[in-house]
Parts: sequence; structure tokens; C-alpha cells
Amino acid sequence: MKILVCVTKTPDTTAKIAFTDNNTKFAGDGVQWIINPYDEWYALVRAIELKEADAATVIHLITVGGADAEPIIRKALALGGDEAIRVNADSHDSFYIASQIAEVAKAGGYDLVFTGKETIDYNGSSIGGMVAELLDMPYVSLATKFTLNGSNAVIEREVDGGEETNQVALPVVVSCQKGMAEQRIPNMKGIMGARTKPLKVVEPAVAEALTSITSFDLPPAKAGVKLVSADNPEELVRLLHEEAKVF
Amino acid sequence: MSVLIFLDNAEGHVRKASLEAASYGAAIAKQLGTTAEGIILGKTTENLSSLGKYGLTKVHTVANDALDNFDAQVFTKVIAEAAANADVIIFSNNIAGKAIAPRLSARLKAGLVTGAVALPDTSNGFTVKKNVFSGKAFANVTINTAKKIVALNPNSYSITTTDGSAEVAGLNVTVDTAKVQVTATSKVEGDVPLTEAEIVVSGGRGLKGPENWGLVTDLAKVLGAATACSRPVADVHWRPHHEHVGQTGIAIAPNLYIAIGISGAIQHLAGVNRSKTIVVINKDPEAPFFKAADYGIVGDAFEVVPKITEAIKKIKGS
Ligand SMILES: Cc1cc2nc3c(=O)[nH]c(=O)nc-3n(C[C@H](O)[C@H](O)[C@H](O)COP(=O)(O)OP(=O)(O)OC[C@H]3O[C@@H](n4cnc5c(N)ncnc54)[C@H](O)[C@@H]3O)c2cc1C
Ligand SMILES: Nc1ncnc2c1ncn2[C@@H]1O[C@H](COP(=O)(O)O)[C@@H](O)[C@H]1O
Repeated sequence: MKILVCVTKTPDTTAKIAFTDNNTKFAGDGVQWIINPYDEWYALVRAIELKEADAATVIHLITVGGADAEPIIRKALALGGDEAIRVNADSHDSFYIASQIAEVAKAGGYDLVFTGKETIDYNGSSIGGMVAELLDMPYVSLATKFTLNGSNAVIEREVDGGEETNQVALPVVVSCQKGMAEQRIPNMKGIMGARTKPLKVVEPAVAEALTSITSFDLPPAKAGVKLVSADNPEELVRLLHEEAKVF
Repeated sequence: MSVLIFLDNAEGHVRKASLEAASYGAAIAKQLGTTAEGIILGKTTENLSSLGKYGLTKVHTVANDALDNFDAQVFTKVIAEAAANADVIIFSNNIAGKAIAPRLSARLKAGLVTGAVALPDTSNGFTVKKNVFSGKAFANVTINTAKKIVALNPNSYSITTTDGSAEVAGLNVTVDTAKVQVTATSKVEGDVPLTEAEIVVSGGRGLKGPENWGLVTDLAKVLGAATACSRPVADVHWRPHHEHVGQTGIAIAPNLYIAIGISGAIQHLAGVNRSKTIVVINKDPEAPFFKAADYGIVGDAFEVVPKITEAIKKIKGS
């Protein structure tokens, strides 16, 4: 079994969101970068569990990003990836990134491609579907559970107001979210081992960017909270009904 | 040349999020001086010509039984055929939209913006405002291809209605055999789906235990609201995990979000900060949630919430 796990770096969930260069760039200076939580906690850890259940499983990691993505790739290797590929390109266009991943995936002959549900910075929720289309593979999105049954995958996924179970023959592309696995912390052995694991840097394939970010805006500041006394909750109800008119 | 809107089929009915997408698509069509058409896949029980009132001139149907089984690959191919003459294709950025729109984008080499929150600016190109950083900012994204795909965030664009009825026409397309088989579905019966709810009542660790959830569900019931919870509450199984909202849970944007006994951690806010009105009930005046709230009560939820529920009952009853 060969698994490709797509990982990317994102600002820490508590990072201050601000922009520079006339509101065209995220102010990344001084920001702590982490592995996108969906990629780390769910996609990667579930892949590691599959490897623990079957020693013949190989996990490759891929990131499309500049050299500044290497710390998070090393951390992903420390958690349990076998080797990593960094496609040396910096882009915010989903199609461009997906094209790079698809190029590597085609050459690698993977049974499974795992992505996170979305990146917590650009919130595209797009790469998995695009990669699947480019590889002509089935795609199961928003998976909450993944098990193997011979050469079939049995996957639970979120649907409106509940869950459904899907069955699909490998290979398949899966986007992963909460439920798939539990967060892990890399141990010393993993961290030491990660230093010598292969991290291959490849130049990007020719691909188009279909979109470009023109600028960023911050939402207008809230007017401030209107507090109502705990002795008079009826006043809150009156405000919601007559002022905010929300019910 | 037209705008095509994917209408998500919820057991025969068009999902509310798709009615928003239809209204949005019709507005874009007006902007571009063209018409808006819809496409719905699978069996329907609704009078589709009535979708004209959301601005659609035509609704394409593909009533092939095979489409009652959801496989993003199969759906994408059908929609790609139907979209041959469309310049702009609109989805709701809901569960189906997230599965199909990216595939369609790659298939048609049509630039995609997901999580759109406003009509595109077409004065100079085609630029769409979308949510980024989990609702903490917006990006204006320009689509550089002739064909364009936009996935509209649920609850970001109001449903608009006019007079009119749509022509309904069956579309003759080949439907591939699905590779993905849906073998079981488990739905929470009777509940309002969280992402579509106008009002959401949510509880956190301040409620102390699942036995106290009547506070949340009683209030939700009088308001016709959906219920949600903070992550630790789902983690310890006080509530099912599909109720968990936030950065790693579901992101929602209801008209009213009532947070009871939730501290308002930044990761929680990331999933709810797009709500139009936020009400916070917390006994700690320093709780960070008050900074993001429109209305609040500093007090004990166990005393305050039943009174709120009663007061709403009175208003609703009169
Ligand atoms: C990477 C990452 C992702 C995360 N993702 C999410 C996410 O998606 N969603 C999420 O919710 N969290 C998420 N978290 C966790 C988040 O940081 C908080 O820990 C969590 O939201 C706290 O939940 P809570 O407010 O229910 O509990 P607490 O922080 O324990 O707050 C309980 C609140 O209840 C109040 N209270 C107590 N008793 C009463 C009473 N009788 N009446 C009224 N108020 C009372 C207290 O004053 C307190 O403010 C994430 C964390 C990380 C690190
Ligand atoms: N630059 C990237 N390199 C590798 N994988 C990525 C990259 N960007 C996104 N992904 C993967 O695609 C998923 C969805 O991302 P997105 O569509 O951008 O929200 C992420 O959770 C990652 O698994």
C-alpha cells in the first residue's frame, strides 16, 4: 500500500491576521507556522495508523511550497511519514497546486491520496477534488472514518444533517476531517529519525494559475456588546425581538 | 452564454442553500446581461417550474435513478456536459458543492472561487470576495479564465423572489457507472441542519454535563433553532460531533447565534464569527466571547436561560 499525504503550512490558529503591501499580502513576519491541522491530525495520523496495521505500507508526504515549508515537512516526517517531496513553488491558486500534486501522484502510483478538509488560511476546500479529477480517480470528501477492506475502502463522510458510508475500490482521493484519527505528538525517536529521512525537492511542472488574489480586507469592527442585567433576561428577549429583529 | 446554477437535491427538494445560490446566480446573470438556468440531478418531487421565482428561466433535469447515489465524479461529468454553454457556474459552498465544484474546475480548466460572500465585481474582470482565515478576513480573488465557477457560502446571500416560472427540460446526457457506492446513511431525524439554520443555540463546557442540555434544547425548540456545541463538549461525547462548531468543526453563519457557557476561544470564534447577531451568556465578565458579541448577559446560565426561554414562549404565543 502506497499513501500520498498532502500537507501544507498555515499560520497558527491564534495568529494575528493582518496584511501588508497595500493589503495584497498576509503579514507573515513573526507568525508561528504549523502543519495545517486537518492535514496533521487527521490525514497524516490516519495514514500512520494504516502503516502500523500493515508494515508494508509506505507513506509519502507532499507539499507545494518554498524552502520555508521545510520545518513543517520535517515535523510531519517526525510524526511518521517515510519520505517527503517538496515541489518548489509558491502559489495560492488551487488549480496550480493541485496540478503539481497530480504530477507527482501520477508518477508515484499511489493507492490512496489523503488531503485535509481545507486549509485554515485560504479555506479553499478544493485541492482534493481537483487532484482527483486530474488523476481521474474517485473522490470522497469530508471523511470522518476510513477503513480498508481488502482492496476496497469503507469511508464515512459528513452529509447534511448526518453521515453516510461509502464503499469504493482503490485508488481513491480522500479529504479528511475530525473523527478520522486523534492528534499525536512526535516523540524523540521520531524527531531524530526525521533528520535522515529523504526530503526531495523538485521543480514545478508547467501549470496554469486560473485565479489570483487582488487584495485582502478585514471585516469592520463590531460596535461592542450591549450587556443586559442577569436580573432582567426578558429585556434581552425584547431587544432580540424588537431591535435586532432576529425572531 | 448563460449562468448555470447547480441545485442540490435533498431527497426530492431543492436545498435552501441552493435557493440562495439560484438568487445569487440570477443576480449575476442580470449583471452580465444574460439568463440564469438551473440543473438538478436525480429524482425530484417538487414543482420545478416554480423555481422561476428565484430568477431561473430554465431548469434542466437529469432524472436518472443512478444519480440518487452521490458520486462526485459521476455528477461532475454530467454537470460538465450541461455547462458547455455556460460562462459562469454557481454552486452553494455546501457539502455537495465542495465535492463537485473543484472537480468541475479541474475538468473545465475554469477558475474557481469557493466561499464567496458577495456578488462579483465585473467592472474590470471578474473579482469575487471570499472568506479567508476562517472568517477573520476576506480576499478579493480574480478569476482569469473565460469560464468561471463560484461556490457561494451558505447564509451569505439572501434569497430573492420575483414573478416568473421556469421552463423544465430533461437533459439527455450519459451517466457513468459510479465507483463510489453509498451503502448506508444515518441522519439525525427532525433536527434543523446546522449549516442551514437561521438560529443556532450552542452550549459549552459551562453547562457542566450532558444532563443539563435541556437548557439548550428547550431554548432551541421555542426558537425553531438548530443546536451546536464547542469542541470539548463533543470530544467528551456530551453531544454528537456533528454539532461541533469552530475552526476544526463546522463553520456557520446564522442570523442569530446564542452561546451559552462557551468561553469564546479564537478557534471557536473562527466557526461562528460570520453570524449576523451573536448573544453570549457567560458567568465570567472577562470571557473573551463578549468581545465578539452583540448582546450579552453576565450571569449563571442555569438561572438566566430558562427565563429567556419562557419570555420567548410568551412572545411567540401572543
Ligand atoms: C488547533 C485548535 C483547534 C480548535 N478547534 C476548536 C473548534 O473547532 N471549536 C471549539 O469550540 N474549540 C476548538 N478548540 C478548543 C478551544 O481552544 C477551546 O478550548 C474551547 O473552545 C473551549 O470550549 P468551552 O468554551 O466550551 O469551554 P471553556 O473554555 O472551559 O469555557 C467554559 C465557559 O463557561 C463559562 N461558565 C461556567 N459555568 C457557567 C454557568 N453556570 N453559566 C454561564 N457560564 C458558565 C465559563 O466562564 C467559561 O467561559 C481548538 C483548539 C485548538 C488548539
Ligand atoms: N501547497 C500545498 N501543498 C500540499 N498540499 C496542499 C497544499 N495546499 C493545500 N493542500 C492540501 O489540500 C487540502 C485542502 O486545501 P485547500 O483546498 O487549499 O483548502 C489541505 O488540507 C492539504 O491537505
